[in-house]
Amino acid sequence: MDWKKCWKFGTKTIVATALGAAIFLVLNMFVKVPTGIPETQVQTCYGVCAFFAGLFGPICSALIAFIGHALGDAISYGSVWWSWVIASGVAGCIYGFSFAKLRVDEGIFTGKDIVFFNVVQVIGNVIAWIVVAPVLDILMYGEPVNLVFTQGAVAAASNIVSAGVIGTLLLLIYAKTRSTKGSLKEED
Amino acid sequence: MNRKLFDYVERHNFIYDLSGVTKFLCFMIAGAAVMFTYDIRVMVLVFLVSMAAFLMSQITFRQIRLMVIYVAIFMVMNILLTFLFSPQYGVEIYGTKHVIFTITERYTLTWEQVMYQGSKVMKYCAIIPLGMIFILATHPSEMASSMNRIGIPYKATYALALTLRYFPDVIRDYQDISVAQQARGLDMSRKEKLGRRIKNVINICVPLIFTTLDRIELISNAMDLRGFGMHKKRTWYCAKKLTVADFLALGICIALLLLSIAMIVFVNHSRYYNPFI
Repeated sequence: MDWKKCWKFGTKTIVATALGAAIFLVLNMFVKVPTGIPETQVQTCYGVCAFFAGLFGPICSALIAFIGHALGDAISYGSVWWSWVIASGVAGCIYGFSFAKLRVDEGIFTGKDIVFFNVVQVIGNVIAWIVVAPVLDILMYGEPVNLVFTQGAVAAASNIVSAGVIGTLLLLIYAKTRSTKGSLKEED
Repeated sequence: MNRKLFDYVERHNFIYDLSGVTKFLCFMIAGAAVMFTYDIRVMVLVFLVSMAAFLMSQITFRQIRLMVIYVAIFMVMNILLTFLFSPQYGVEIYGTKHVIFTITERYTLTWEQVMYQGSKVMKYCAIIPLGMIFILATHPSEMASSMNRIGIPYKATYALALTLRYFPDVIRDYQDISVAQQARGLDMSRKEKLGRRIKNVINICVPLIFTTLDRIELISNAMDLRGFGMHKKRTWYCAKKLTVADFLALGICIALLLLSIAMIVFVNHSRYYNPFI
């Protein structure tokens, strides 16, 4: 675990945040996988957010989800549903803590790492969508209790699938393209 | 797919000439004013003020047509879902029961429910015109500078500025990749099974992300070479000075916020305005 590297916010992380948010925005608005249940879609953008989280850390992924979601709301609805935008940011931030242990950049993404990454993303999704989003909905907007918790549970399930499947696969593919440290050997 | 979802059209009038800081703060302050209150009188007042500002901005209907459709769909869904899950929430809040008609015992429509859901729609609609002004009448480059000026760290707002800059590029990349993959026989529609569809989405995401990662390298190197992030502060190319008009607009929004708080604390003694007692 290397917690220090989580809080670095250098130029590369800033640019990654910006372009990650742009991808998040595009996917959020256009690419939803219908599950068959009406009005329930798997939001692919959270998978991509989890990928950036594993690569650039919590500040990056929290901002990606926050900026992407807020802009997406503002562009399509002219107004921002703050409780869910904040929940998005929380989810992104928690995904990012997996960065402390992962070393995808060095081409390492083992079975253990996959389990760790997925445990973290499940925790993040549960906290964000079953605790933060509904509670803020009730406090800020006075929404009915049973409605918001149902919506939260559905969102949590679909985002766990999205981050679990798409996030894990993207990290696997990315790790394969990186050369492992010390993989070059001097010829005898 | 519309690449010009929010296109900035240069105009000169009272609203467009306001500084970006003002528009952002007005959006946030007026949003806070309607966020907590459930007093429909306050919300209608905020709606009228923001509608007036919207008309003054001369934004055309063509620019907002898509948004209006999205909002309408969202509102209808929200109304139906709220009624489906909590048909008696209004009765719970206002403490009285005036029945309009009965479908089943649980799904009895009451005036209290109409009042609650009507307030909820109003709460949402009141802020939309201001949101549209902020999105459509603020120069994209000015958004970041305006947020930095109210204390958000410039590295975060710079990320926002870059997002706005590269959003059209990413859409273009996405379209190119999507069309290319579909030409190779990739089916994105409902006809495919769920597992297959997720796989197809990944087939589009992978090239999209890899081109983006290359681009991240390129841009961050360019920024590093120009010494980005050397200092604690930075100046902005697009930053307007605040004028009398800015203070006027801010004053109106702060007045609305104070009114909303005053109504909660002194008149209604709760978030809800109860006309039924």
